[in-house]
Amino acid sequence: MAMAIRAFLLLFVLFLSSMKPSFSLYEDQVGLMDWHQKYIGKVKQAVFHTQKTGRKRVVVSTEENVIASLDLRHGDIFWRHVLGSDDAIDGIDIALGKYVITLSSNGSILRAWNLPDGQMVWESSLQGIKPSKSISSVPANLKVDKDNVILVFGKGGLHAVSSIDGEVLWKKDFVAESVEVQQIFQPLGSDVVYAVGSDASSQFHVYQINVKNGELLRHNAATFPGGFSGELVLVSTDILVGLDSATRSNLVTINFRDGEISFQQTYVSNLVGDSSGTAALLPSKLPGIFAIKTNALVIFIRVTSEGKLELVGKINDPAVFSDALLISEGHQVFALLQHGDGKIHLSVKPVHDWSSDLLKESTVMDQQWGLVHKIFINNYIRTDRSNGFRALIVMEDHSLLLLQQGEIVWRREDGLASIVDVTTSELPVEKDGVSVAKVEENLFEWLKGHMLKLKGTLMLASPEDVAAIQGMRLKSSEKSKMTRDHNGFRKLLIVLTRAGKLFALHTGDGRVVWSLLLPLLRNSEACENPTGLNIYQWQIPHHHAMDENPSVLIVGRCGRSSNAPAVLSFVDTYTGKEINSFRLTHSVVQVIPLPITDSTEQRLHLIIDVDHHAYLYPRTSEAISRFQLEFSNVYWYSVDRDNGFIKGHVLKGNCIQKLADEFCYDSKDIWSIVFPSDSEKIIAAVTRKLNEVVHTQAKVIDQDVMYKYVSKNLLFVATVPPKASGEIGTATPEESWLVVYLIDTVTGRVLHRMTHHGSQGPVHAVFSENWVVYHYFNLRAHRYEMSVVEIYDQSRADNKDVLKLVLGKHNLTSPISSYSRPEIVTKSQSYFFTHSVKAIAVTSTAKGITSKHLLIGTIGDQVLSLDKRYLDPRRSVNPTQAEREEGIIPLTDSLPIIPQSYVTHALMVEGLRGIVTIPAKLESTALVFVHGVDLFYTRIAPSRTYDSLTDDFSYALLLITIVALIGAIFVTWVLSENKELRDKWR
Amino acid sequence: MGFSLLRLLVLGLCLLAASSWSLAFQSDELLIDDEEFGLEGGVQSKSHDLGYTRSQPSTTTRKRFSDSDSDSKIQFSLEHAFGDSDFSQTGTFTARLKTWNHGGQTLTKLRFSRNAFTTEDKEKFELLLQSDDFYRIRLPSNVLSPPGKDFVISSVKARCLPRDGLDEHFVIHTDGVNILAVNYGAPGACPYPRQMKLPAKWSFNSHTVLKNSEQAPRAPIFTEEILGGEAGEGEVVKPPERSFWAKYWMYLIPLGLIVMNAITQAMNMPEEQAAGQSAGQTQQPAVVQRGPTSNVRRR
Repeated sequence: MAMAIRAFLLLFVLFLSSMKPSFSLYEDQVGLMDWHQKYIGKVKQAVFHTQKTGRKRVVVSTEENVIASLDLRHGDIFWRHVLGSDDAIDGIDIALGKYVITLSSNGSILRAWNLPDGQMVWESSLQGIKPSKSISSVPANLKVDKDNVILVFGKGGLHAVSSIDGEVLWKKDFVAESVEVQQIFQPLGSDVVYAVGSDASSQFHVYQINVKNGELLRHNAATFPGGFSGELVLVSTDILVGLDSATRSNLVTINFRDGEISFQQTYVSNLVGDSSGTAALLPSKLPGIFAIKTNALVIFIRVTSEGKLELVGKINDPAVFSDALLISEGHQVFALLQHGDGKIHLSVKPVHDWSSDLLKESTVMDQQWGLVHKIFINNYIRTDRSNGFRALIVMEDHSLLLLQQGEIVWRREDGLASIVDVTTSELPVEKDGVSVAKVEENLFEWLKGHMLKLKGTLMLASPEDVAAIQGMRLKSSEKSKMTRDHNGFRKLLIVLTRAGKLFALHTGDGRVVWSLLLPLLRNSEACENPTGLNIYQWQIPHHHAMDENPSVLIVGRCGRSSNAPAVLSFVDTYTGKEINSFRLTHSVVQVIPLPITDSTEQRLHLIIDVDHHAYLYPRTSEAISRFQLEFSNVYWYSVDRDNGFIKGHVLKGNCIQKLADEFCYDSKDIWSIVFPSDSEKIIAAVTRKLNEVVHTQAKVIDQDVMYKYVSKNLLFVATVPPKASGEIGTATPEESWLVVYLIDTVTGRVLHRMTHHGSQGPVHAVFSENWVVYHYFNLRAHRYEMSVVEIYDQSRADNKDVLKLVLGKHNLTSPISSYSRPEIVTKSQSYFFTHSVKAIAVTSTAKGITSKHLLIGTIGDQVLSLDKRYLDPRRSVNPTQAEREEGIIPLTDSLPIIPQSYVTHALMVEGLRGIVTIPAKLESTALVFVHGVDLFYTRIAPSRTYDSLTDDFSYALLLITIVALIGAIFVTWVLSENKELRDKWR
Repeated sequence: MGFSLLRLLVLGLCLLAASSWSLAFQSDELLIDDEEFGLEGGVQSKSHDLGYTRSQPSTTTRKRFSDSDSDSKIQFSLEHAFGDSDFSQTGTFTARLKTWNHGGQTLTKLRFSRNAFTTEDKEKFELLLQSDDFYRIRLPSNVLSPPGKDFVISSVKARCLPRDGLDEHFVIHTDGVNILAVNYGAPGACPYPRQMKLPAKWSFNSHTVLKNSEQAPRAPIFTEEILGGEAGEGEVVKPPERSFWAKYWMYLIPLGLIVMNAITQAMNMPEEQAAGQSAGQTQQPAVVQRGPTSNVRRR
């Protein structure tokens, strides 16, 4: 009986799996056409594992809110946790020798993780009202038997937390005093905690608190006129150093020994001599020494026990130094790193003796890695019992390196954890002519390879041979070649990272083909805080310019605000060399790639600045002449989310400005939509992808033709009341509604407007062909929902008369104008969906014939592929026979989540931010690139690979069959000849 | 009593001129539809959503009194601009502001009166027609306190408007007392190579539509009963009757081919017989042995 049930179940499952259009993989197919890379992001803080017996590890926290334990030998990740995007890590430390303590979310969450395996041990949330600076301090002399406390300052209060179970032992609030606490510290071996800070009236306060119970022992205050600028640096247990806020060139030493606060001022110029201008205090944790930065120098200054300042050393500016490291009792060292002629010079010095060096090494560095941003050092015992040092350094491109004995032990390309934008580039076409030397080499390699393979099959191969065979297979495999392939699977993914570095990743195996740190996106005096914005396809060689290499345009701006001047950079995608770059005088808010190219296939781009001027690029006279032809047909729109406007613009004529610029155009508003500020706030605006191809213009519905409304100028906008624009649960269903709009961006016509009552954002939407799918939260049903709106054109409905088509009385070929009043019909339907969503994309194929799948980045950092047919507005409870034949799925209230249809199968793309689909040349296949903290790439075939044979297709069987058939033909031919002969002789 | 009647009408006629019943005076004018019905019904006839008024240039809007305190009459003005010129007033919209019991306010019964073009305007418009430039209009975004946050602007290429007269079509999207957007354009098509054409009459033929947001369809909610019922229903549902051709085309086409084949065979047969062989087609194999195509026949 049980057998029968099991068999039935198995059959049922088989039946289901055959029905659902999923493209699940077999276990051994994982990694054949997909790759996954794990990253952590730019390291903010690193703590070395000091346990003598334990494995060598380093724990790091990063700007991507990742906490990870890395192997010091290879740089591999032992364990890793990605905290939420709103849970930034403020500090990490190691407590009790076995816990990693992290403080995050502006000092409100304290967590302990088990050091060996990364399991969370405890978590405690610290209450407070006032947001403030957050500092955590774990006393250094932790012994396991004592109940040690962790002191945390956050949310305007000082908390003492037990490091064993995370219980808050006591709390001292500083909110009432309105003192901004700058530092907390506990002198070694004492029971007193010091909290120092200043208030608004430039009073300087020192609190002494009993570490056992939080009792305030002593409070001193003294006024320093003018107050301090920026941070205070703790130099020793009773001396702080700050800069005065008035001139910023006056160092103030604050001595609070025995409760008496005294100030002492020293001019920087007195110490340094020729210094002019302002100085900046560098954050440091060095006993007795602090560092300041003036013009191009980093100056180290020692504070003597009497509070006197004396100059210790000067080094040239691009230099970093580490915190002090205790190597033996009373002996502290720190590392200093300087740049010079393509090398970095690392020196480790004792804190008390500037002139001597414990270690001096030089290492050659790649120019593309930029400057060193941070250094963390660690010591180890060498084989000759002396002290050795290793340094973990963070570079400008966010990569992480380990230096030991003057060499780079390993390097992690962690800039790839923060991708800003992605585009693709084709690879070069394979050349026919191959040089003789190459052939010879290839022949030898080929012979060697075959020998190895033979050995492998005969079980004679040693482990090294096996590894060599494996490596050869990977290398020789078609997928990682550097040339274009027939199916268009091999491409370069050009990605721009937050560090301003451009990478080219090969889609075959995900390796970095080239990387380029864009010079204009590096921090410099001319351009502070540069940010990379987008990548655009600048030149795609086609018919005219086959010999040119394709290139991309990178748009960035100097500074964070939108009116900062823009920078442009043009990069060759084959070589990774920068062709050209400009620092522009105007800003950039919008870049419009025009559908016009010049004679060298360079695409014309319009850059719109904050003042609504449009600038044409490339700046050639040919570009102008081509652009003039389409001048009156250029329309664009802008969405002002803060003020609730959507406006349409056209070009008016050349700029009327101080100096004539024929590439600059004025614009004027031709339409505007104004959302009432009390009831509607724009939360999402989505358009169709520009390069999308629509194959079928019509759809057969109930044996009737409906024409899709496939205008490229459609904008989907979603608004919610300002009250409901916060997180889910902040508004009641009555005061929350979601209004969606479909707007024609040429005329500003609202084509469709629809209200979802009791719903709220966040809205994630995707627009493709003639439909929009969007995801939101339904407060009434307490569930997420996905809705679809399909748009059909009624004005072309008359065309389905065959007679008219034959007689040529149709309007299919007449140009479509946006100024004609559209007659559209929309169909929509909503479905429940279980997951909350991080990103939605849709598959795109070369010709648009293949059916579409939605790619949904779920909250679990996976990518789910959902057939668009599930989101068909025509689904009904009982589809008729005709509808079933069309492939309409019976109506269900929620969308199914089929475990096999996860594109990411068993993997997770931590911190998922975006999904990019790229059409391959093969119509059935689309390439999918998912980026977040991790990267994932695969290719999917939404309707299965109907246009190619699968990899496991047996060519041998086909060949054998053909041979057998030919043989059979010959045999039967001979037989029939014989028979005929016999018959004739009869 | 009057109130319940009003309620009933609201339900029954979908807000159609509900308030007018409570008024003592009823206009005999052809009124504009208060609201466009949703598009849920699928295909919509063109005239359905179009209430139109032919506005006389010098219409004086009749003073209407209101004995119901939930209604009030408001006016807001239409302004226009030729190309890049400044906006000037060119017409007035009159509407009733209906206050609902739950506090919401909606605009109903929109009427429009347009001023005629002055000679100066005509000249400007002709210039627009020649340069194929934009004719722009704007409305306040809040009808109670114009202009509200800002004006809502819409524009159209001037060459789209002239037909016999000047045809224009307004779609005003409202949300309570706020005007979100106005769509302005020709009522019909405006084919792309826009021809320069002067209107025969310089009077406007205006169509106005007021649109409110429509309700989104709810996600279907299934209860156990429905699902159970569905399973039982399964066999009851009969597939729709299909035409003879749709059912049997796969048999009919081969049949047709066979028939055609037979006909061509029959046509060829007399010729073959004329070729002189006395032997029939269906002879014994022994006889045919000497025939030229013996092998083929025997297979």
